[in-house]
Amino acid sequence: MFTLNPRHEEGLFYVLAGIGGLVSAIGFAAALYMEHSGHVVTGMNNQIVWGLPHVIAIFLIVAASGVLNVASMGSVFGRVLYKPRAPLSGLLAIAMLSGGLFVIMLDLGRADRLIVAATHFNPTSVFGWNVILYPVFYALVGVYLWTMMERRMNPYSKAAGLATFVWRVVLTSGTGSIFAFLVARQAYGSALLAPMFIIMSFSWGLAVFLVVQTTMYAWNNMSLPPLILKRMKNLLATFVAAVLYFTFMLHLVNAYFAKNIAFEYFILFDSEFASQFWIGQVLLGSLLPLVLLFSPGTRDKVLWVNVAALLVILGAYFQLYVFIIGGQAFPLDIFPGYDVKSSFMDGAVDHYSASLPEVLLAVGGLAIAFTMTTIGVRILHFLPQDDLAELEAASGITD
Amino acid sequence: MNTPDNNPRRKFIAAAGAGVAGLGFTVIAPGLHLMAVGEASAATEARKAGTAASPAVRWGLLIDANKCAPGCTKCIDACHTENGVSEKLPDARQNAQWIRKIELVDRRDGRKTELPMMCQHCAEPPCVDVCPTGASMKRADGIVLVDRHTCIGCRYCMMACPYKARSFVHAPLTEQNPEVPRGQGCVESCTLCVHRVDKGQTPACVESCPTGAMTFGDLNDPASDIAKRIASVPTTQVRSDLRLNQGVRYQGI
Repeated sequence: MFTLNPRHEEGLFYVLAGIGGLVSAIGFAAALYMEHSGHVVTGMNNQIVWGLPHVIAIFLIVAASGVLNVASMGSVFGRVLYKPRAPLSGLLAIAMLSGGLFVIMLDLGRADRLIVAATHFNPTSVFGWNVILYPVFYALVGVYLWTMMERRMNPYSKAAGLATFVWRVVLTSGTGSIFAFLVARQAYGSALLAPMFIIMSFSWGLAVFLVVQTTMYAWNNMSLPPLILKRMKNLLATFVAAVLYFTFMLHLVNAYFAKNIAFEYFILFDSEFASQFWIGQVLLGSLLPLVLLFSPGTRDKVLWVNVAALLVILGAYFQLYVFIIGGQAFPLDIFPGYDVKSSFMDGAVDHYSASLPEVLLAVGGLAIAFTMTTIGVRILHFLPQDDLAELEAASGITD
Repeated sequence: MNTPDNNPRRKFIAAAGAGVAGLGFTVIAPGLHLMAVGEASAATEARKAGTAASPAVRWGLLIDANKCAPGCTKCIDACHTENGVSEKLPDARQNAQWIRKIELVDRRDGRKTELPMMCQHCAEPPCVDVCPTGASMKRADGIVLVDRHTCIGCRYCMMACPYKARSFVHAPLTEQNPEVPRGQGCVESCTLCVHRVDKGQTPACVESCPTGAMTFGDLNDPASDIAKRIASVPTTQVRSDLRLNQGVRYQGI
């Protein structure tokens, strides 16, 4: 097995942190360029108003909430296996939320007016709620980490974990509601989106956690105990199947309504998004991971479980791309029963391709999350410390 | 129980009284009326500086699609000149369009119609609901506006608008009309020429229409041309299923 020399290990850390910092800085520079030139340098326009930055930002924000599920399983639901993993889950939550907010805030047309967003509050806006939801999430996860990592504060850990769990459910409901509350477009406006975003967060968060955990174990020349791998991959499979079920129901119900048939046909069969949906989200992002997680030859191999987790993350990207970009590409049905056209893309399908600054900004958000995680796990004790005897003793009861 | 404030009879009387007064009639003696000639055609009354917009007024537009001439873009030209909307970006989809002509073909019988589409100035505007900072707002007199000082450019209102009425300013601006401040990175839409309305004038699109297809006025005033026409001919609110109670109504679709 590959082992990491301690001397090389330190150098590798600095290289990784340096690359992460550099890519983050490039993302920030891209945002400054967009701010200076205007969004004319992006692929976004007056029909597709949210683009790749929103796809990546929403992935990071949703997965940030979901990755905290690992901590909740330990603190709130008392699962022994997950308790040692709670600090790492908290760190990842903060890192990914930071990356997501970095992207979404710097994509604003007037990013310099963030203070306006903080001082002018519209209580009917889900975006407005976010101004409260995100800072409180940071604070709660911070306190939660403190109660876990500071021995004197350990007695408060369960209460902090419960508060964080409740808050993250609210937060992800809010993210889903950003789309659920949109009356105008056929792709959105469904109450199903709030719970669906929660189950998506479970799936994507756990996938990210598995990959990071495996990397940390390998870094420390350790391997994940098979029992832990089995439990976590089974949980991931459950979440992946649940997301697939929600996706199926969302499209089935939408297609049942005559007014939405044209949109469903477009998104599922007759557009550039159809292949991304079927191949990207369904095949690569859902079915293949399920096969890998349950097949006798792959289900107990760390490598294949991690390939499955990476595929789930890839599928998340396709899912959000189809949902966000595809949902906007289809024209608004302003005049039902009429064929329409205008100089403003009425009645016409739009096409979107991200420009380089957008790509750099989006990748910059991923780099922020990566860098914060890399530095966090280096300077603090986030590596799960399993008591295998306790785990095996409890496994019969807790599972 | 009917209090003096909500007594229906009292309300009816008040409304009837307002209607009579609004018609410009003054009763001098039974059977003899003094009529203020010319008053009825004045579309609006100027708002005095320092006074707030009145909630008693609901500004609106009635657009007669039957009169909208095919290929005519005079309302668009007038709007964009009046409001300094002149940018021509390489990607036309990034240009602001406060008003646009839509060509409709009825799928049942192939009948063709054209009409101008702009912000519908909803009484229940989704853009105002979703705006995180309150920059999207509805004035007391029903005009939906964007405060350019508090818009952060998130474009959530553009996602929420069922009429695709809003544009995002994608590039730096030049040659702005001082009365209509615009800003890069902000969202904007038809203001119903609020700067003209406040001076007692009609919106530029209405004034420019060569066929008189557009009528501007106070929907709340039963004596106004617009209210009388809406009372006498079938009119449509686009996407009326959404129950947004638009200030812009259409005839002939």
